[in-house]
Formats: sequence, C-alpha cells, structure tokens
Amino acid sequence: MESASPSEPRTLFDKLWDSHIVMPESPEAPAMLYVDLHLVHEVTSPQAFAMLDERGLKVRAPQRTFATLDHSTPTTPRRKGERPAYISPAARAQVERLEDNCARHRIPLAGWGSSDRGIVHVMGPELGLTQPGMTIVCGDSHTSTHGAFGALAFGIGTTEVAHVLATQTVLQRKPKTLKVQVDGRLPYGVGAKDLILAIIAKLGAGGAAGHVIEYCGPAIEALSMEGRMTVCNMSIEAGARAGLIAPDEVTFAWLTGRDHAPKGAAFEAARLKWKRLRTDKGARFDREVRLDASRLAPMVTWGASPHMAAPVDASVPRPKNPDDVKALAWMGFAPGEMLMGEAVHTVFVGSCTNARLSDLREAAFIMAGRHVKPGVRMLVVPGSERVRKAAEAEGLDAIFRTAGAEWREPGCSMCIAMNGDSGRPGELVVSTSNRNFAGRQGPGVRTVLASPATAAAAAVAGAITDPRKMMEMCGAA
Amino acid sequence: MQREPITGIRSRSFALPGENIDTDQIIPARFLTTTERGALAEACFHDWRFDEAGNPTTHPLNTVETATHAVLVAGDNFGCGSSREHAPWALRDFGVRAVITTRAGDIFKANAANNGLVVAEIDAEAHAALLERAGEEVIVSLADMSVTSGNVRADFTLEPFARTCLMEGHDALGFLLAREDAITRFEQARAA
Repeated sequence: MESASPSEPRTLFDKLWDSHIVMPESPEAPAMLYVDLHLVHEVTSPQAFAMLDERGLKVRAPQRTFATLDHSTPTTPRRKGERPAYISPAARAQVERLEDNCARHRIPLAGWGSSDRGIVHVMGPELGLTQPGMTIVCGDSHTSTHGAFGALAFGIGTTEVAHVLATQTVLQRKPKTLKVQVDGRLPYGVGAKDLILAIIAKLGAGGAAGHVIEYCGPAIEALSMEGRMTVCNMSIEAGARAGLIAPDEVTFAWLTGRDHAPKGAAFEAARLKWKRLRTDKGARFDREVRLDASRLAPMVTWGASPHMAAPVDASVPRPKNPDDVKALAWMGFAPGEMLMGEAVHTVFVGSCTNARLSDLREAAFIMAGRHVKPGVRMLVVPGSERVRKAAEAEGLDAIFRTAGAEWREPGCSMCIAMNGDSGRPGELVVSTSNRNFAGRQGPGVRTVLASPATAAAAAVAGAITDPRKMMEMCGAA
Repeated sequence: MQREPITGIRSRSFALPGENIDTDQIIPARFLTTTERGALAEACFHDWRFDEAGNPTTHPLNTVETATHAVLVAGDNFGCGSSREHAPWALRDFGVRAVITTRAGDIFKANAANNGLVVAEIDAEAHAALLERAGEEVIVSLADMSVTSGNVRADFTLEPFARTCLMEGHDALGFLLAREDAITRFEQARAA
C-alpha cells in the first residue's frame, strides 16, 4: 500500500507512520518502522538479550533505549541500606539479569537507588523521554500510554524486543484508523478513567482490533496530561494497536523543563514541529465513534473484561451472551442488583493507568479526614520515585497513612500481581489498574476497575460506592 | 536462524469456546519471572487446570492429549490483553501447534507467528461447526490457507511475511539485519 502523498490531508497517525518508514510495506513484507525510543523492563527482555547473544549481536542504539525495574520488584517499604525483599529467587534473578544486560550493552537503567525509577509508562513521560512525533515501543501492551503526547507508541513481544535492540526497527503492517470523538464536558466528579471505561464499554474488548485510535474533541482537549495518559493507556483494552491525542499547549507545558526534553531554542524549534502533528482537515478515518462526555457518571466494571463496565449507580446488567453469564458467575453478581453496596475487601491505588501525582491527589482528597473501613486493606503505590517524593512533599502519604492505608514504594504491584502484592482468593478488589481479568490480581481474586476517587470511596465505605457523595461533603466543608 | 518449516498441521482438535480468553488466562503473570525459554507447559492455563492448593481441577484441559490433539479451537478475541510472548511459548510447550479462532489479539498474533504457532482466523459459521466437531481431525494448510475437518472447510488469510517465515522456517531478525544499509541511510538522512 502506498502512503498518501504529502498534499493529501493526513491523519495524525499517517504523519507519524510516514515519517518513520525505513522500508515501505509491500505485498510480501510489512513496513520496517524506525523506533525513536525503546523502553525496556525486566520481564519481557531477558530472552531478547539472549537472542542477541546467540548471534553475537550488539544493541544498535543504546542511546535510544532506556530501562527500568518495575514488574517483579517488591514495593514493601525498606529502611536505608536494606535489600529488596523479592517474592522469589526467580524475581531477583530477573532483575539482576536486566542489570547485567544493561551494563553489558551500555543501556541507561533507572535501577534500584535511582531517583528516576518508576513504572515504565510513568517514568518515560516524567523524564521527558516521551515526546510528540516519536515512535515508542516496549515489551508491554500499555505502551499505548505514550500516545497521549502524539507519539506512535505500541506494545511488542519479546522477539520484537530483540529486533529493536539489534536493528532499531520493527516490522508492522499499517493499521487502520479509528476516531473516537468525545463531545461535551465531563461532569464534576467524573474523570479520565471513567471516560475510558465508557469508551471501552462502547467499543468492546476487541472492538478496536487492528486500529489505531485518535481521541478527539473538547472533552479530550480539556484533559490534563495525566488524564490523557489514563485514556491512551487503556486503548489496548479495546484491542487497539495504539491510542493517540494530538499534542497542544497542555503537552508543551508538561514537556517544558523535563530532563530529556529539548531546552531553550531547541525546545522552541521542536514546538514548531510538534504543532504540525495534527490530523488535517478533511483527512479520512477508517471508522468513527462519538460519545457525549456530559452524560457520563463514575464507572465501575461488573465482569472479567474491561469492557464489562457500567455507571456506579447502575444495577448489574442482564447478560447478553454466554461470556457475560460466565463473568457474572465469576464475580458473584446477580443481574438487577445494585453495584453499590457490594462488599469490598481490598483497594489498590496504583499502576501505569492511575499512579501519577494527580491520581494520588484525587484519592487523598477523599481519604482526608476519613478512615479505611475496618477489615478493608488499602494499598497506595506511587507510579515512580518522583511521584513518591512529590506526594510526600505535599503530605499525601501522611493522609493515606492516617486513614489506615499502606504507603508503598513504586512499582506495578497489584496491577499484575507478580511481585508478591496480590489479593487473597475470593476477595473483591477495587483497583485503579487496567485489567479485571479473572485471577489477574491473584488466583481466585475478583477485580472491579475504577477511578482513584471511586477506589478511595470504596475503601472508606467498605463497599462499592459513588465517590461524588464524598466529594460533595468535602466541597461543603 | 533456521526453524522447522511448517507447511500444515494435521491433528485432532480440542475446544475452548469462551470469548476474550486473555493472555493472563493462558499464562498467569506470576510465571513470568522466568529468564529462560521452554518449560512453561505446566504454567499454561495454570489457574484453570490447578486449584489454589495445586491439585488438578476437573477442567477438560487436564485430559487433553496434545500429542494427538494439537489444534485449539478458541472463542473470539483469543489472546487479548498483555503483550507477553510467554503466551505462545506456553501454548507451544503445552503442545498446541495451531489456534483456530474468529479473531485473535494483534500482539498475540505477531508473537505466535514468531514462535511457529499457526493462528487461523476463520468465519463464525465454520468456527461454530469446528466447535461442534471438537476432537475430530483438522487439517490446517498454510499452502492454500485453509482449514478442513470432515465436510467443514474455511479459508483464512495469513500476513504474507509471517506465512513465508513459517513455511520456510526463517525468522524475521535475519530479514531486518539484511537491510542494515537502509537503516543506516534512514538514520543519516534524519541527522542531516
């Protein structure tokens, strides 16, 4: 397929795609796309480095590669000098393998002791590594997060991680485009997480397969960078290859002064280039979907897939197919019963979806002056060392601790539950993460996805509850 | 590097008809701390096959003999979710050689192709017929991109490059490395 000539109106995606073609696609082979930034973590990289070693290959562009430790790392607080308490020797060995691979190949690593370390999709944007116009890949499906900056960012498998390490390119067929237009304004107490859950509910778990989504419209433009990251982060939960938001002044303000972002005149030059990263008037998308933000409410999931989501004040829907029936049986929910009032055992505030400073503020706003319901466990896990420090500087950790929550060290933690942080069999967990797959947070653990505000409200009430009620009380005080 | 070429698979099938079977089901995350390849057979669908005490459940997967039943007929959107390549690794270690579904997750599909696991996406009608025929012999042909079982026949398309790699036993890294000049030219043009 030939790419459109520059004079034809192009989508933001087309522009990103066209500017990274090393070899165009042909009937026989996909396009070779150049990768500007390759993010690496300990779980999906060891076998990729081994593939390089088997062939005696070097990392082609270590300066375009950046690694961190996040998935297998414990989040239990440590005293100075104390060693991390890994869940298993295998977890420790995995971390040590990445440390060794980075040292051998001269790849920068935000490892233990680095004040830059964090969940890979929190860290990249925070350090200014993530910039508009880039192609970004990582052996992690939530790489779609970085699309919030107008970068083409997608998850790849471990074999492809080896491809990128060795050649700085990745083989891709050009995906289709899907425009998600969000009109109106999000009502008070309804945030980015609620919006993306509503979008996924509309699209379905595989509804955007083979597509790159561009989120457009006034409700998207009104979002903070953090909110935009939350939206793009969960694009994969609708099956999308990537999610995109055109960069604007909000984006440029975020990038200003970040460690790896251009500075001074170079920033101004970059800003002029970045401003052109918009879908041209008249450009065609393969599909379009519209939503009205002003009609949305806080959302929670009722099943075992992120698309099984409903407003928090709704009743459990009637099953439409055998999978809905199975999901309801798994959750122990009956059609017609109210979601509010379901007893909650554990609350998790964290993950690459919702562990940035604004997310912690949102949860702390609810927790301030309140207490976690006795018998409920609440974990608050900041997305990075920087988020942790900033949160501690403004006293958020004290609010959480006083309220009876655990304040942890940064990492993926209970989102993927491979580091020892998990729920117990049979528990209902309200989680600000991205996946409510059966057993994702531990064998037999049921997950309800929600915003930081809804999660915090659930911790206080010990049950699924509408966070807006607790916000009103704060507002009135 | 050279792999065993695959022109087709002839084996009996087994079925997992549920929709949206995600990669966390195929291999739960706590098995991802491995730094090696292989030895993931036990982890494959672990939490479906074993209870919390580690005892086998009554799930039909525990009676599947993949030596004779290597074709998995799975529900729509199979392999959605995480990008973990451990999912096709685990399926291969478990003995699965082909997955027939109506639609598979994008990243899963790419990962499968890189690991000699054939993914055939077929139409819903033929898929339903194959679910009915679970346990019967299925022929998945890469040469003419068809699935046949008894009088059920369906065509599928495979991304041509992935198909060539599977059929000739090539891997994509060799292809990319052979185009190093183009990469260098791209880098130089950008730096200019």
